[in-house]
Amino acid sequence: MQDGAPQGKRFTEVELLTGTGLTLWRGANCLFDQLSFSAAPGGALLIRGPNGSGKTTLLRVIAGLTLAEEGDVRWQGRPLSARDETGRHTIAYCGHATALKPDLTTLENLRFFARLSGYATSALPELLASTGLTPCADLPARVLSAGQKRRAALARVLMSGAPLWLLDEPQTNLDAAGREFLERVLQKHLANAGTAVIVAHQSIDMGSARTTVLQMGEAA
Amino acid sequence: MNLGLGSLFLIVLQRDLMIAMRRWSDICNPVVFFVLVVALFPLALNPRAEFLRALAPGVLWIAALLAALLSLNQLFRADIEDGTMEQLLTLPYPLGLVILAKTLAHWLVTGLPVVAVAPMLAITYHLPADAISTLLLSLLIGTPTISLLGSIGAALTAGLRQSGVLLALMVGPLMLPVLMLGARATDIALSGDDPTGPLYLLGALLALALSLAPPAAAMAIRISAD
Repeated sequence: MQDGAPQGKRFTEVELLTGTGLTLWRGANCLFDQLSFSAAPGGALLIRGPNGSGKTTLLRVIAGLTLAEEGDVRWQGRPLSARDETGRHTIAYCGHATALKPDLTTLENLRFFARLSGYATSALPELLASTGLTPCADLPARVLSAGQKRRAALARVLMSGAPLWLLDEPQTNLDAAGREFLERVLQKHLANAGTAVIVAHQSIDMGSARTTVLQMGEAA
Repeated sequence: MNLGLGSLFLIVLQRDLMIAMRRWSDICNPVVFFVLVVALFPLALNPRAEFLRALAPGVLWIAALLAALLSLNQLFRADIEDGTMEQLLTLPYPLGLVILAKTLAHWLVTGLPVVAVAPMLAITYHLPADAISTLLLSLLIGTPTISLLGSIGAALTAGLRQSGVLLALMVGPLMLPVLMLGARATDIALSGDDPTGPLYLLGALLALALSLAPPAAAMAIRISAD
């Protein structure tokens, strides 16, 4: 696979992600209490912890999909929203669900998100080639393997052009080449002063990027 | 990058129609249900022309409402389950507009076929041409209102496992005015009077649903996607 990150666009240096005093209860379980973190441009925040310790929930709180009971998440000092003042996308969220419609082909699925995020649809074949999805471009997404679906979800993150990547266990189902590709685009994103928050169990090679580890759950 | 609201609407609409075209059963179910219910009544009841004629407005409207209720359950369910809604929520676009586009797509594939076959079924009930045109018009205004009102309930229950009955219980009462006005307009036309009164009221309900339902459903979706 070649390097598939679209236009090596640099993000501005002032973009800083901070979370302060985040508290969330699920029933009688406190998932996190007064949790704070920050990630600078070009830096990665790695969320680690045992199963059920609230890693995914924290990522969803950062993405704004789940509301924390206390605390806030800020981006450049303002509450994090899906759009910055220029109307540009801020967040590329890649959760467990791959958001692929089983009845549409891989290309049709990606074209929808390309159009929504302003990515040139003419560049899609190249993106598919770099993610290794060219052979299944015209296959309905329902016949894709789990790893291929994960690659398609990564392709969507690449298309978004967002400075903040929120990846929930992005290595799941990926083969060795896929993981290597993920590391390469991630390093490139961070080198372009992008920010990434990653939930991961396995190690990810972030190259020279500054990596902060946020340990969750009892083990902390 | 700054996508216009009109193109956002069209992109979502086009995609939902494309998905619907790949799943023919989703399109066929409501209209088949509608045809079955309406066609069974004359078989079970007294088939005299004047009796059927008096029954027609009520039967056609009730069947149209039930057909719409049946299909509403699926409006946002797939999007929540496969993660599409998470993506739409993290995009910098007004969610209400996305909801409106999805609801319109849903009505085009489930509501419009029902409206289209209604006149043919009305003929089997011996409805005169005047009453048929009023029925058609009332369905054309009324069924989108049903879809819009239903989108609020569908958004609230999309995250639940078994939501069919709950959804019907929740949005059913909201739809009663539409049912009453629609059937009433057809009935008035049948008796030879001017049905514009109830039709205007139906139009007012559509305007109300069009402006209030998408933002309400957008808020409900945020809760369901949590």
